[in-house]
Amino acid sequence: MSQTKKLMYLNRRAPYGTIYAWESLEVVLIGAAFEQDVSLAFVDDGVYQIIKGQDTGGIDMKNFSPTYSALGDYEVTKLYVEKESLEERGLSLDNLMHLTWEDEDEDWAEKDSIVLVSRAELAQLMDEQDVVFSF
Amino acid sequence: MSILHTVNKSPFEKSSASSCIAHASEGSAVLFYEDGVYAADKRTRFASSVTGAAGVKFYVLGPDLKARGVGEDLLIDGVEVIDYAGFVDLAVEYDKVAAWV
Repeated sequence: MSQTKKLMYLNRRAPYGTIYAWESLEVVLIGAAFEQDVSLAFVDDGVYQIIKGQDTGGIDMKNFSPTYSALGDYEVTKLYVEKESLEERGLSLDNLMHLTWEDEDEDWAEKDSIVLVSRAELAQLMDEQDVVFSF
Repeated sequence: MSILHTVNKSPFEKSSASSCIAHASEGSAVLFYEDGVYAADKRTRFASSVTGAAGVKFYVLGPDLKARGVGEDLLIDGVEVIDYAGFVDLAVEYDKVAAWV
């Protein structure tokens, strides 16, 4: 018997310099097939993963940032972004990609996937998880 | 003997950038590339470390900046954007290269 678990993917690395961000995204997409209660957290340099305007044409690497827009289609609809991490980097929600999902229960109304949370709120969310995957 | 210092790690994740700047003497240069480019972003809490380094010339690798969505208009004043050929030129111009990995 399968039981739904709360899984959180904790993203703390900038994209491209290391493989962590891309690997996390791959695992999230694979894990989405198992119909669990999935959320992503973007903390520390992890907030750089979802910044808008990424253009990797000059570094010979795949720009995987558009993939975050597809998460909603895989029912990955909770992307928690830590406010303090943004502030330390002089960033705000305006600097992030506009990521949305469509709510089947509300006539496919488009809703924001990104939820801005404080460090304390994120700590609380982590406590509520069954599993935390770190990247 | 002037040095070209290179930093390829985020200033938030490792101490490479701050340690590098602390060891960069007058007449030397610092090049930020890969995840190091965030150190050249004027919006961050780290920016004051760069602006406070007197007599040190700062460079940033353009393609790495673009990949990470950091516009050139967001750079700390005085930081010069270079390309890969410029990287090579700097390595030749300075007496030696010190990489802060």
